[in-house]
Amino acid sequence: MSNAKDAAAAGSSNSHLPGRVLRIASDWSEPAIEWIIRLCGWSAILFVFSIFFFVFREAAPVLFGKLSLIEFFTSARWQPTSEVRPEYGALALLVGTLAVTGLAMLIAVPLGLGAAVYISEFSSGKLKETLKILIELLAAIPSIVWGFIGYMVLGPLIITTTGAAVGVNLLNGGIILALMSVPIIVSVGEDALKAVPDAYREAALSLGASRWEIVYRVLFPAARNGLLAAVLLGVGRAIGETMAVLMATGHAVEIPHSPLDPIRTLTATIASELGEAVSGSVHYRVLFVIGVVLFAITFAINLIADLVVKGIHNEQN
Amino acid sequence: MPPRSCLFLISGLLPLVLCGFCGCEKPADGKLAIRNEGSDTMVNIAEAWAEQYHREHPNVRVQVLGGGSGVGIASLIDGNCDMANTSRKMKPAEIDTARSRRGGEPREIVVGHDALAIYVHKRNPLDSISIEELADLYGEGGKITKWSQLGVPEGTLGTDQIIRVNRQSSSGTYAYFREAVLGKGRDLKLASIDANGSKDAVSLISHTPSAIGYSGMGYVTPDIKTLRVSKRRGEPGVAPTVENARNGSYPITRPLQIYVIGTPAGAVKDYVNWILSPVGQKIVLELGYVPAKLHE
Repeated sequence: MSNAKDAAAAGSSNSHLPGRVLRIASDWSEPAIEWIIRLCGWSAILFVFSIFFFVFREAAPVLFGKLSLIEFFTSARWQPTSEVRPEYGALALLVGTLAVTGLAMLIAVPLGLGAAVYISEFSSGKLKETLKILIELLAAIPSIVWGFIGYMVLGPLIITTTGAAVGVNLLNGGIILALMSVPIIVSVGEDALKAVPDAYREAALSLGASRWEIVYRVLFPAARNGLLAAVLLGVGRAIGETMAVLMATGHAVEIPHSPLDPIRTLTATIASELGEAVSGSVHYRVLFVIGVVLFAITFAINLIADLVVKGIHNEQN
Repeated sequence: MPPRSCLFLISGLLPLVLCGFCGCEKPADGKLAIRNEGSDTMVNIAEAWAEQYHREHPNVRVQVLGGGSGVGIASLIDGNCDMANTSRKMKPAEIDTARSRRGGEPREIVVGHDALAIYVHKRNPLDSISIEELADLYGEGGKITKWSQLGVPEGTLGTDQIIRVNRQSSSGTYAYFREAVLGKGRDLKLASIDANGSKDAVSLISHTPSAIGYSGMGYVTPDIKTLRVSKRRGEPGVAPTVENARNGSYPITRPLQIYVIGTPAGAVKDYVNWILSPVGQKIVLELGYVPAKLHE
């Protein structure tokens, strides 16, 4: 800010009037812009806390009473609208979310990091630019379109190639989620690799390392914080995704025994049932309990990421 | 946080805020608006009614929203719509809540009937199925899990396993199917594919040779096959047609109704009367459903 004032003052010495105008403008606009930016920063805190407060408030009445948490976490029977006896066992949904996220990461991490390495280290010029633009384009495809591809294209393809009974299943959801996470992993991973100083590459080359050895022994360790961030952002994308998994996974309350079994995720359950649950009913509140569980999962992932990154820092120091 | 992220956050929240207001507001231009929300099964009919009515009465605009019978009823209870389309009756608890929140008695108006068709893949050689078999297939503890148990030779559908296509558990179609096939006091088996709409269910079955499922008979397309349905095993099946639904011989038929709070008045009253008039009922028939009133 003081630099800007100096610059304005310097300007005023050359021609008197414009400099004066500039100085007056900067006097009030600088603090105003500072405050706007500060509010933007604070608003994030406000939004997170108010969303958490709202979700928790809606869930609280059953969290300490009507809902048996033991049933919720250990039973795979989700029969919220039963007229015999409503049951709220979310184990199958929890397993479904973890399974589809895990499978997506098994596909997306090698694919994403491989693509990041290729773009950052092995391609150049026009090819590099084209690839970067195309991958950014991939990130811009709406999730409903991905879901539609899973439902209409990938589903029938899975039936004909694997002989599975049904094409919307864990494998379908995993592939779709992987394709959705890859652009994030590639762009964050590529930035991390780009940030490694060229001196590292030159030093390794002068020691006679091959290009693969440079990537594996020098770049990966040097960029591991950034690469870990890339992977975790991908995981976050996969866990939170709703519409695409609702369409591609089959939405069946079942603990999967093979990748060809249909599954149901926590997010898709909220999406498909919240609209029709009478507000204030037990069913409605249990859906918010699922929201709290999703919050807890993302919080745990972020916390683990922070701890791992800090651990790496300490190791390096 | 950089200002760009701030803009992103605001743009993300803006639709949320707007959603709270759109959909159910009276338009500013002085025209009358009727807010009509509910059953996905009825959404095609409701939209056709709304369009035709607007053509005949340009000063009235009917806003139609789908989402399911439960959504419509919840919306009626909360005062967010004037008419709820439902493919199931309101539950006593819902009627009580509506009475206490809106201060009026929910009134039911039957506007048509829907025959729930049983859909299978085009390649499926099965021709008819009984309610008893459906109960064994869909009901908890039921023993039918393979096509060969229904007389379909192994190998014709790729796999012998029956893929049950269901609807999401809060839809009116789901509740009606459960009651019509299993009666009260029994739940549907878990681990079925729960499609998120009548159209989704039908399109999934048309892509999955070993699947079976149910939806309103208005969703028939050339890519899919419907089964004849009988009450008991061995009896001759009845095809899901308008005549069979109207004369009561088709076993899975349900009323389609509109709920309003209190006695309808003003624009809503005129609209309801128009729906029950020959013009309105003809639209029901044209869309593959069964009219409530016979106008010869």
